[in-house]
Amino acid sequence: MAETLTLGKALNHGLRRALENDPKVIIMGEDVGKLGGVFRITDGLQKDFGEDRVIDTPLAEAGIVGTAVGLAIRGFRPVCEIQFDGFVFPAYNQIVAQVAKMFYRSNGNVRLPIVIRIPYGGGIGAVEHHSESPEAYFAHTPGLKVVTCANPSDAYHMIQQAISSDDPVVFFEPKRRYWEKGTVELDRPAEAELHASRIVREGTDATILAYGPMVRTALDAATAGAEDGRHLEVIDLRTLSPLDLGPAYESVRRTGRCVVVHEAPGNLGLGSEIAARITEECFYSLESPVLRVTGYDVPYPAARVEEEYLPDLDRVLDAVDRTFGW
Amino acid sequence: MANGESEVGADVPAGGFVQLLTPDGERVDSVTTAEGTTYTVDFSDDEYRELYRDLVTVRRLDTEATALQRQGELGIWASLLGQEAAQVGSGRALRPQDMAFPTYREHGVLYTRGIDPIMPFGLFRGVDQGGWDPNEFKFNTYTIVIGSQTLHATGYAMGITMDGKTGGPDGEAVIAYFGDGATSQGEVNESFVWSGVFHAPIVFFCQNNQYAISEPLERQTRIPLHRRADGYGFPGVRVDGNDVLATFAVTRAALDNARQGQGPTLIEAYTYRMGAHTSSDDPTRYRIASEVESWQAKDPILRLRTFLTKQQIADDTFFADVDDSAKSLALSLRERVLAMPDPQPVTLFDNAYPNGSPEVDAQREQFVAYHAAFEGSDH
Ligand SMILES: Cc1ncc(C[n+]2csc(CCOP(=O)(O)OP(=O)(O)O)c2C)c(N)n1
Repeated sequence: MAETLTLGKALNHGLRRALENDPKVIIMGEDVGKLGGVFRITDGLQKDFGEDRVIDTPLAEAGIVGTAVGLAIRGFRPVCEIQFDGFVFPAYNQIVAQVAKMFYRSNGNVRLPIVIRIPYGGGIGAVEHHSESPEAYFAHTPGLKVVTCANPSDAYHMIQQAISSDDPVVFFEPKRRYWEKGTVELDRPAEAELHASRIVREGTDATILAYGPMVRTALDAATAGAEDGRHLEVIDLRTLSPLDLGPAYESVRRTGRCVVVHEAPGNLGLGSEIAARITEECFYSLESPVLRVTGYDVPYPAARVEEEYLPDLDRVLDAVDRTFGW
Repeated sequence: MANGESEVGADVPAGGFVQLLTPDGERVDSVTTAEGTTYTVDFSDDEYRELYRDLVTVRRLDTEATALQRQGELGIWASLLGQEAAQVGSGRALRPQDMAFPTYREHGVLYTRGIDPIMPFGLFRGVDQGGWDPNEFKFNTYTIVIGSQTLHATGYAMGITMDGKTGGPDGEAVIAYFGDGATSQGEVNESFVWSGVFHAPIVFFCQNNQYAISEPLERQTRIPLHRRADGYGFPGVRVDGNDVLATFAVTRAALDNARQGQGPTLIEAYTYRMGAHTSSDDPTRYRIASEVESWQAKDPILRLRTFLTKQQIADDTFFADVDDSAKSLALSLRERVLAMPDPQPVTLFDNAYPNGSPEVDAQREQFVAYHAAFEGSDH
């Protein structure tokens, strides 16, 4: 059955499916129960699956993730919600020092099927701590898998794939895209693996690599570029750790130009690693250096200047131009 | 009366609380707790009237802010509606040398510190991060990450001790504000541990407004919050947070103990968030109207007004005057909020580092050049 859903609603359906399919799946977080989450991603789930499976937790992120570890050792599959990106840090110790290393530390004995959902990114006019992009902290940590969806169909399928993974997944949700609509095939299996990137628009002149909220921006840039006769290929990375850059290498070898886009600050962001790998793998095909379009290396700014901070269509096209001017 | 605290009225929480003014506006002379502490206030008529003026003013300013948010002039607003007495009572209990560490909701405390109420509006309007110099105002910046400020407050209080500024009536003390939800955070519990161990001159002022967004108190605790203090080795006391007199008395006593070197106190101000958590919230999803109505009857302003009227401390002329001046203050606040300029985009690079950084400076230059290139185009 194909349905038109918002990205937020698609996540809601995906979580519902996961709860239906496996009695060990539980959801825990602040305000996820009665309220259905501040973004309503878990709307209606507590009503249908009960307070034992959709749990309004005490206000303590270290507690949410730390108890999820114990629950996972006990055989449950916790799906933790962190309310906003900027509030994951009380849980950072648990995620980085415990969740990430448990398999290694236990000589491969302990697997932790935990999903940590984090709405991330800016563009919603919020106050501080509500618009950050902390994905690199997690992708940098060995032992964690990190993914992010960019459209409703992926949201629906990827959240279920993440939950059925036997290992911890940090699942970043592009909060400003929660309200964007798309078609979702509810009863068909996912078209792609969880840890696979995907070409979302074909083109010949340059390759744009983006993920999460920036995929829409990259696609808009490609549309605008086409009006000027530039045919941009857009790849939605989807998985940030492990990276799946095979399609990107193949693409860049064809186009000879590559621009990486993310909202997070540029310094040591995902773009740094990606640019290095593309350079190593595609050096003889490149017509110009790999360029990055990112947030600036400052804390996320006040709402009334955030549009100037966030990469937009113009900045992406400007970078594409620069690859041609090299 | 488990704690020996007064149990006036039917709506008192189990275990009681310190109350000096009932919801009906009856004055209780004094309250002595099981531990033997007696609380009372001895206000002049003028002081009573000024407290009333404070309460009405902070509510009126808050109403204006809520309206500004609805009109799209603020990105978000965290209303203090219902918590006026907790904030005014505790704020007025501070002495000038005391330091306050607020959350994002302490607009009433800010006002009692004599600070221009416009100060936090930069944050809520989204024109800046809402910053100011904490030492200038003896009022730290708002803290949004739940609980973090309690450790900052503890460190500041430790510094007071290290500087030898406790031990007499002119000693300094700190007050740390936080909500009932915050009591679950590890950092808040660490701040209790540290304050206990270092005997810090601090008052932990928890406004138990019964909710952390949608979650009722039962999601955070099984025992009354003030009793947590036992486990950390300092006194805890619960006060009727809708009673400005009792809140003043309890906070004043705790601060004076702290400044005299007697260590921390945890105060649980039992109150109610009458409005939404913030303007982004829809409380009808998680609480029923009758609950809100039952708290309406315990309104902090109404009870003081009843008392002032009955005691003939104030009359309708006075009340009308208070309303008028609160209104004109609110309207001037509105004008000034609307006049707040949008920041220049390039200011987003300011204050990342005190003396800049080569990387950020270079990005700022590129930013300026990039935007200059658009000038004159139809971009
Ligand atoms: C570390 C952290 N986690 C989550 C949030 C999101 N959040 C903002 S306010 C709030 C509830 C706070 O409740 P409480 O401490 O009772 O204070 P109140 O807002 O009721 O005054 C939550 C969960 C946050 N700001 N910081």
